[in-house]
Amino acid sequence: MNIETNLKTLIVKNPLKLDCGKTIKDFPIAYETYGSLNSQKDNAILVFHALTGDQYVSGTNPVTKKDGWWSYAVGPGKAIDTNKYFVICSNVIGGCMGSYGPSDLDSENGNIQGTNFPVITINDMVNAQYNLLDHFGIDKLFSVAGGSMGGMQVLQFISNFPDKSKTVIPIATTSSHSAQNIAFNELGRQAIMADSNWKEGDYGSNNSNPGKGLAVARMAAHITYLSKKGLQEKFGRKLQEREDLKFGFDADFQIESYLRYQGSVFVDRFDANSYLYITRAMDYFDLAKQFNGVLSDAFKLTKAKFFIISFTSDWLYPTQENKDIVIALNSIGADVGFVEIESDKGHDSFLLDVPDFLNALKNFLDKSYEEN
Amino acid sequence: MKNEFKVIADLIEKDKKVLDVGCADGVLMKFLKDNKNTNIRGLEISKEKVQECIAKGLTVIEGNAEKDLKQFPDKSFDYVILSQTLQAFLNPELVLNELLRVGKKAIITIPNFGYWKVRIHLLLKGTMPITKTLPDEWYNTPNLHMCTIKDFVHYVKSRNIKIFKSIALNKLNASLINERNLEIKNLSADLGIFLIEK
Repeated sequence: MNIETNLKTLIVKNPLKLDCGKTIKDFPIAYETYGSLNSQKDNAILVFHALTGDQYVSGTNPVTKKDGWWSYAVGPGKAIDTNKYFVICSNVIGGCMGSYGPSDLDSENGNIQGTNFPVITINDMVNAQYNLLDHFGIDKLFSVAGGSMGGMQVLQFISNFPDKSKTVIPIATTSSHSAQNIAFNELGRQAIMADSNWKEGDYGSNNSNPGKGLAVARMAAHITYLSKKGLQEKFGRKLQEREDLKFGFDADFQIESYLRYQGSVFVDRFDANSYLYITRAMDYFDLAKQFNGVLSDAFKLTKAKFFIISFTSDWLYPTQENKDIVIALNSIGADVGFVEIESDKGHDSFLLDVPDFLNALKNFLDKSYEEN
Repeated sequence: MKNEFKVIADLIEKDKKVLDVGCADGVLMKFLKDNKNTNIRGLEISKEKVQECIAKGLTVIEGNAEKDLKQFPDKSFDYVILSQTLQAFLNPELVLNELLRVGKKAIITIPNFGYWKVRIHLLLKGTMPITKTLPDEWYNTPNLHMCTIKDFVHYVKSRNIKIFKSIALNKLNASLINERNLEIKNLSADLGIFLIEK
């Protein structure tokens, strides 16, 4: 990964005690911002990224040269309007886009940390990112928002810091990783670890990245982000640049070619060990467990306004799991709105051009900001 | 805003916590929020209507009254409103019990099947009545359990539900219903509005 030298980085001096027991300090958090912070400092939105995202929410990602991962939702005039709001996003710890992660060198022996990097949790990620508020002198955010693993961080954030955001937007997410979620993540990890280049995580540099394993992990995960209907409509049984089946194992079908492509481009931008660490953090996420099994206790101290969004065709973090969060909030009389958006684009809907979703997001934010 | 909503709004004091069940596009919610400083929530089954509420800055949960009321704790709202939908539920009794559990008080409105135009239509034409409040044909009406004002009054009494106020609405005229005028209001009103508590 050729990370540009103009990466914005905050070195966190405060020691952070991780859930695994280890304490880290003087570690980097790479972040990006969009729009400008107003003088009252009341227009900041902290966006949390999903498993393979990074701090480049909008505009052009300087590393991949592609659009930022949430370009449909964030930007001037968009749902999260950067003419109006100051958007902050940072790379999670454990990641590979400049924040403290397994590809960082060990200060003692100069080798990359690999699997010597501590196992981190969603809670650790959120606690690390909280330092950005102090960095920008923001007392209270206007909103925290994110989909998928970003949504988990949103929930953890408001639980940890109940009075630090006015509004809370968890999207296509869950309060606890299901057995199916863990199973898919384990499949991805096993694919990486089965690659002979992985070498127990000690593959040295990115040149010997266990790319085959990582690509398979990405391919498997990618299927879970789409819906059966969406796949069928886009690919069906269409053949890839050939008239007929070739009776071999090349990519005969367009869907095969598409997945192979998704796998190969992913390897260029993502670190295999980071994939292991971040999926582990998702699997360990169980917010109710942190409160003796009572999810609503996680939100007892907050007066924030919640807006929860799910998608009809999302089978990875289905509507019911999002609704469970709504139910927990209603049981304590919290201010919570909820909508399930009709879409056949699967879990990925929150990243795509889904007008009903983007309108709802925009209306919720703008109306809530007016009431400020 | 339609007259029915004005009557409902008059029943609610300022600064209360209110749940509007089947809040549709949120017209009543918006009025209560703006004029009565109501801490208002809505429950609505239609995605399009939920979107309209969000665009008005209202807090709405997409959901179904028959399944989703159970998530609210006992007496967690000062008032729960149900406008002209009781008759459309598979199990209106269950919904009514839930409304009375969740709300300290409930405001229920029903299209009156005892309204004289309804009776005349059935009597003279011999076909299922179609009026302003009951615009659908027998084959596409969402209404499964039609009742009259008199039926509703009898029902709530039989279940020991307290009636604080019963109002008969006929176009622009709202009038109180009492024991003595029940027969006549049951004939003259096309809508009944009840403030009840259990």
